[in-house]
Amino acid sequence: MEHALGLEEMRLVEGLRNRDEQAFEQLIRMYQSALVRVALMYVSTRAVAEDVVQESWLAVLNGIDRFEGRSSLKTWIFRIVANRAKTRGQREARSRPFSSLEPEASVDPDHFVDGQWSAPPASWPEEQLLAAETLRVVGNAIESLPPNQRAVITLRDIQGWSAEEVRNALELSETNERVLLHRARTKVRTALEAYLMEDA
Amino acid sequence: MTEIAEQLSCQELVELVTDYLDGALSPRDRERFDAHIANCDYCREYLEQIRVTIRLSGTLRPQELAPEAEAALLEAFRDWKHRP
Repeated sequence: MEHALGLEEMRLVEGLRNRDEQAFEQLIRMYQSALVRVALMYVSTRAVAEDVVQESWLAVLNGIDRFEGRSSLKTWIFRIVANRAKTRGQREARSRPFSSLEPEASVDPDHFVDGQWSAPPASWPEEQLLAAETLRVVGNAIESLPPNQRAVITLRDIQGWSAEEVRNALELSETNERVLLHRARTKVRTALEAYLMEDA
Repeated sequence: MTEIAEQLSCQELVELVTDYLDGALSPRDRERFDAHIANCDYCREYLEQIRVTIRLSGTLRPQELAPEAEAALLEAFRDWKHRP
């Protein structure tokens, strides 16, 4: 039992079983905002998404004694939210269409002639990269992505999950996960480029 | 099949960057990708910018919880905790 759990997760599971508020607090600080983004893949407003996540936390608490650790704790929590949000989205009868996987250019086609760069990427000013303002640009770019892309990049690049963990938690195919991540990253790169090259 | 068709264009390469970084390209495509990168400063720069983008996202903290949202969740926790 609990073979999918790391030490830290075992500690958190034990904490929840002992009704330890600190364990719960740690979990909500780590995952609440990402969970809301996952819920927003399926429901249309932030208020409904937050509601779904709150209900899901109760389901987590009520289920924790029966949690067998066949998946990691985080995968289990994210799946509960994804499933509940899906159900709620269907009930809302306006479940969002999955973002289309129509081709979408990563770089403006006008930057190429005959497949070669005509407007190549200019190098970025190193000293500006870690400025608070630059990070704010990254955060805003992620916030304004379509919901599916935003959820995937949040888990992969902000939370640092592996591709497999994200596919399992969100029940995405390998291809869909990668296309969503690719689109998300290229849009964030474009936003960074626009910001960093502003005064260049 | 001509030599040209075997080569990746810059415009094709930018679409493959995520597959490349995830190790999801076929061995043949990976070879074509590496061969292109070795000879193209612009695409190397592009790949580097995607790496920087990933790194910057990784330095973002999960968004802070609004105090009211945190309070509401903790209250729900306490209700649950005191339920018989």
